Amino acid sequence: MLSKFKGETLYFILFSLVLFVVVQFFIGAGIVNNFWQGIIFWGAAITMVTLGLNLIYGFNGQFSLGQYGFYAIGAYASADITYRWVHGDASGLAVVVFGSILALLLYALVAAGLRRFYNVSTMTKFTAYTLATILAFWVVAGPLQSTLTSFVMGTVGGLSAGMAKEIVFFFALLGGAMLAGIASFLFGIPVLELGSDYFGIATLGFTIIIKVLLDNTDTILGFPEMKGARGMIGIPKWTTWPWVFVSFIFVVVVMRNLLHSSTGRAILSVREDERAATLVGIDVASVKILAFVVGSFFAGLAGGIRAHDLAFLHPQSFNFIQSFNPLIIVVLGGLGSMTGTILTGFLWIILLEGALRLYLPAGFETWRFVVYPLILLLMMLLRPEGLFGQYELPFLRRPLPAPRKKQAAKEVAQ
Amino acid sequence: MKGRPEGLPAEVEARPVVLEIRDMTHFFGNLRAVHNFNLTLKHGELAGLIGPNGAGKTTVFNLITGVYVPTEGEIFFRGVNITGLPSFEIIQMGIARTFQNIRLFSNLSVLDNVRIAYHPHAGYSLWDTIVRNRHFQAKEAELTERAQEFLAIFGLEERQNDIAGSLPYGLQRRLEIARALATRPQLLILDEPAAGMNPQEIDQLMELIHFIRERFDLTILLVEHRMRLVMNICEWLTVMDFGEIIAQGLPQEVRDNPRVVEAYLGRQAVEIK
Repeated sequence: MLSKFKGETLYFILFSLVLFVVVQFFIGAGIVNNFWQGIIFWGAAITMVTLGLNLIYGFNGQFSLGQYGFYAIGAYASADITYRWVHGDASGLAVVVFGSILALLLYALVAAGLRRFYNVSTMTKFTAYTLATILAFWVVAGPLQSTLTSFVMGTVGGLSAGMAKEIVFFFALLGGAMLAGIASFLFGIPVLELGSDYFGIATLGFTIIIKVLLDNTDTILGFPEMKGARGMIGIPKWTTWPWVFVSFIFVVVVMRNLLHSSTGRAILSVREDERAATLVGIDVASVKILAFVVGSFFAGLAGGIRAHDLAFLHPQSFNFIQSFNPLIIVVLGGLGSMTGTILTGFLWIILLEGALRLYLPAGFETWRFVVYPLILLLMMLLRPEGLFGQYELPFLRRPLPAPRKKQAAKEVAQ
Repeated sequence: MKGRPEGLPAEVEARPVVLEIRDMTHFFGNLRAVHNFNLTLKHGELAGLIGPNGAGKTTVFNLITGVYVPTEGEIFFRGVNITGLPSFEIIQMGIARTFQNIRLFSNLSVLDNVRIAYHPHAGYSLWDTIVRNRHFQAKEAELTERAQEFLAIFGLEERQNDIAGSLPYGLQRRLEIARALATRPQLLILDEPAAGMNPQEIDQLMELIHFIRERFDLTILLVEHRMRLVMNICEWLTVMDFGEIIAQGLPQEVRDNPRVVEAYLGRQAVEIK
């Protein structure tokens, strides 16, 4: 069965399995203590967020500062689901998961409907999809809520506690990520039409809006359990190494498969020259939305992982200064290099949040925002292409097709 | 018929119409860039569009390919009204173009440049892409194979894994034409293909244009400044000045047309003549 994989894929599978077992062993044996376990999980979460940003910015060329907004959406949504669940309420799970699924179904209908019309303007599209979203969540949160909640209770609630926990956690992660994806889709329709710099400013606005909304979750949005600017507490600490590992590998493999395909080439072509891409028949608007939604989905997933490791969420950790973190990592690692993002993402957290915090005097924290820009500045001067430039590990490298055999070439020439 | 010169062979006139532009006018703000433009191309023709700098030739190309939407008038491609359609749909319907200044995806490989043009015909879904099933592998291999065949036709096969931006100028132009043809067009629009080429490269270009026209059964419209190229390969010409058509005819007629001479060289030149 293994023989159908190519060499580099085999190495990747083997390496990841070894990594999984080793880390699991270290955690189990207590060699990695709670602090370092948190650092590893945090590193994985930040790397997932940053991989998403690299897809949007590094591969598709859309300069985005909104990544932390989607990270926050994923974190808060999944935390709310599990928080409610441990308090004996399945409505969070029912509304988010079924609402997202219903929204996706309605999107398919809207898309089919819009295709019949000639020259639909962006704002019309945006309005149609927004109405579909509102309808989906209204239906699920309103008339259908009690039915769906009791359905979830009936199916998942009947299982053993340990089993139910894992299933709820899975759907919480999925729901958070889907919600982030839906938010990015709606936000992306009008905003991705803007040229790159304007898009960056609009996404910065998005992050600020999300932060302000999170400050007021208990009053304006009506989620008292999120406790607004005081920070959400009481989130179950469910993130374990297997969950981190599986989500991380999922993000890497999906992104790699997406990039090494025709769609991936279309994503790259938009970065290279939007005009030329349009004029070889690429639907640039859809390609941009696709990259944006997938990148935000990764961020939402990472948010869920992080929330259930920290067990505490505070709006301040999603403010716009924080949202520069993935941007710095992506530039340090090299725009358009997955390997660079992965290594730099982990190094960033392990060094700056782990090692330096432990071994440097306490005052260092105050200096962090002097150190970060200095690193970035030196990087821009000394190695503008990033630490790893375009380098990729063999598994993540773009395949170079072998030339055809000479014979076949001759036949075609004649 | 409107938008064509008189006196073309009856055999050509009997062929189906590929492109028809009717009374097209376009304004940039208050500036009238194109006025009352009429052009009809029949299947298999090779026609030229010439005129002094700023006459509106590239604007016409941008209007045909949907980069701009004409203020007035309509464009038909094989009988279908394409006015106001988004560019990528127009391209997918079968019009391809190249650019005045070469616009390759210069950080990607030569092969990828061609494969990107195949994207609308890739034949696998997003789901196939992410799970990498057999269908994906087969279609991807087929797509690569076709792209390689394509490169072989243009003599670029040896350089398939080179970065497009590193090719010499003549080959970049060749690759751009190959990429345009990979979208499977019926009408090819070439915007100053000979810009920046030396005489030897122009000879190769002329050969290439004749070759692709036969091989892919194309209708070709080209804008060009180099008279040698235009007079040699175009069957008939449309001359523009200040956004209007000032002459339409066979190359020989156009060259002797006093309005054309005036547009290029000024009124005094006509008087001297």
